[in-house]
Amino acid sequence: MSDAFTPPLSPSPDALPFWQAANRHELRLPYCLECRAFFFYPRPRCPRCGAGPVDWRRCSGRGRVYTYCIQYQTAVPGLEQAVPFVTAIIELDEGPRLMSFLVDVAPNPDSVRCDMPVEVTFISLPDGQNLPVFRPAAGERT
Amino acid sequence: MTTGVAIVGAAEADEIGIVPHKSALQMHAEAAANALAHANLSVNDVDALFTCGLDFMPSLLVAEYLGLRPRYSSSNSIGGSSFVAHLHEAVHAIRAGACEVALITHGETRRSNRNRGVSPRPAHDDPWFPDWQWERIYGVQSPPSAYALAATRHMHQYGTTSEQLAEIAVATRAWAALNPRALKRDPITIDDVLSSPWVVYPFHKLDCCLVTDAGGAIVVTSTARARTLGVPVVEVLGSSVAHTHYGISQMPDLTTTPAARTGAEAFRQAGLTPADIDVAEIYDSFTYTVLVTLEDLGFCAKGEGGDFVSNQRTAPGGDFPLNTSGGGLSYTHPGMFGMFLLVEAVRQLRGECGERQVPDAEVALVNGMGGYLSSAATAILARV
Repeated sequence: MSDAFTPPLSPSPDALPFWQAANRHELRLPYCLECRAFFFYPRPRCPRCGAGPVDWRRCSGRGRVYTYCIQYQTAVPGLEQAVPFVTAIIELDEGPRLMSFLVDVAPNPDSVRCDMPVEVTFISLPDGQNLPVFRPAAGERT
Repeated sequence: MTTGVAIVGAAEADEIGIVPHKSALQMHAEAAANALAHANLSVNDVDALFTCGLDFMPSLLVAEYLGLRPRYSSSNSIGGSSFVAHLHEAVHAIRAGACEVALITHGETRRSNRNRGVSPRPAHDDPWFPDWQWERIYGVQSPPSAYALAATRHMHQYGTTSEQLAEIAVATRAWAALNPRALKRDPITIDDVLSSPWVVYPFHKLDCCLVTDAGGAIVVTSTARARTLGVPVVEVLGSSVAHTHYGISQMPDLTTTPAARTGAEAFRQAGLTPADIDVAEIYDSFTYTVLVTLEDLGFCAKGEGGDFVSNQRTAPGGDFPLNTSGGGLSYTHPGMFGMFLLVEAVRQLRGECGERQVPDAEVALVNGMGGYLSSAATAILARV
């Protein structure tokens, strides 16, 4: 089913470390040395305090489903074959939230719940770039 | 308390709904002429223009088409709340003496643009923009999925149900049945909402607003000038604008909108509380938008929006008149709806609403919501 996701990625110059790390199957996020905290999405300066330059550090890849929706139709190129699918906002254990897919789960509200523990995994796209997505954490999989 | 600034005219375009034979600029022009007539003013009295929703220089385009050479203008564009934000800005500009008669116009033909191959909104096509890079690739590129993400969290955190969301769609349709200009006027039931097709969980089709062609305009001036015009005077008692994010994944708390700030500030300026409001016009891009905004404006506590709207409380005859035009859900929604909230509130306060008139409506609240629950603009209006 993950093969059905082929969205066109568009890495921006300020986000290349994220996408390069994804190809090593690492979730690497910008880290503010003043706040001593991660943030997302990548920017040259911390959106909380304005400090820069920022560091890049690896995250655990663990988090929880902050919220989700189930998409029965989509106009996004490269996702038409994937419906129905689950889009989720993941809250990482390190704090930041990011949009993602929830995979390895049935796309219905009986199988997904807010606050369920998840872990990162990676989808390899046709052009070789890897895309971070999330799946239920080991103990949650059925 | 008051700002000393008033709305003296409010109107729609001549035709709204599905209007393939008219351009968006015609919608602006018709609505402007109708609103100026409603105000007993002429286009030559206008010295300020506020607009957005088309092109990248909206004020220039619309001013030229209308024959205006304004000394003050703004194309502030923060989504569907923009026109309420324009009112807020016009209040400041008039009080500062930067202009005397402000015209705020809106016109979009998103419904019919589809058939002309015209992009539904001004271009947003740089793949390096954050929402393209971080949200669109996961299927979030338009309001339904973004608002669905917020609604799911609210349902989880507070036990809000699909039936409670459906109450809003049903009540709003009942108001639309009383509005001859509403696109959808046939009554619906909660079961109808729940059995309509999924658009994106947790939204059914009838939880989502219409897409139409429409235009609207309002005219704003000082209360002193307003009293010379021979029309009812609807004063702005308070107004406020705020925004917190662009993309939905950047929203600080998905169950609280910027209306929590703008509502408190507008009520503070007006010296009023939610109990003083006779009629409320609250942006209804989705049923959920209304529910969460009612909480944020203080009409009920956070998490109690579902109970608040139950038992058709907001329908005609209920004790909380809400979205009396039939709203974006059933009356019209040409892409942005803030203008039509203002038009309906002004008409209610002037007693011009016919069958759907709320008796003795003296104080109205308008709340625009833009983007992905990103921007809010609140105005409290009163017949004086």
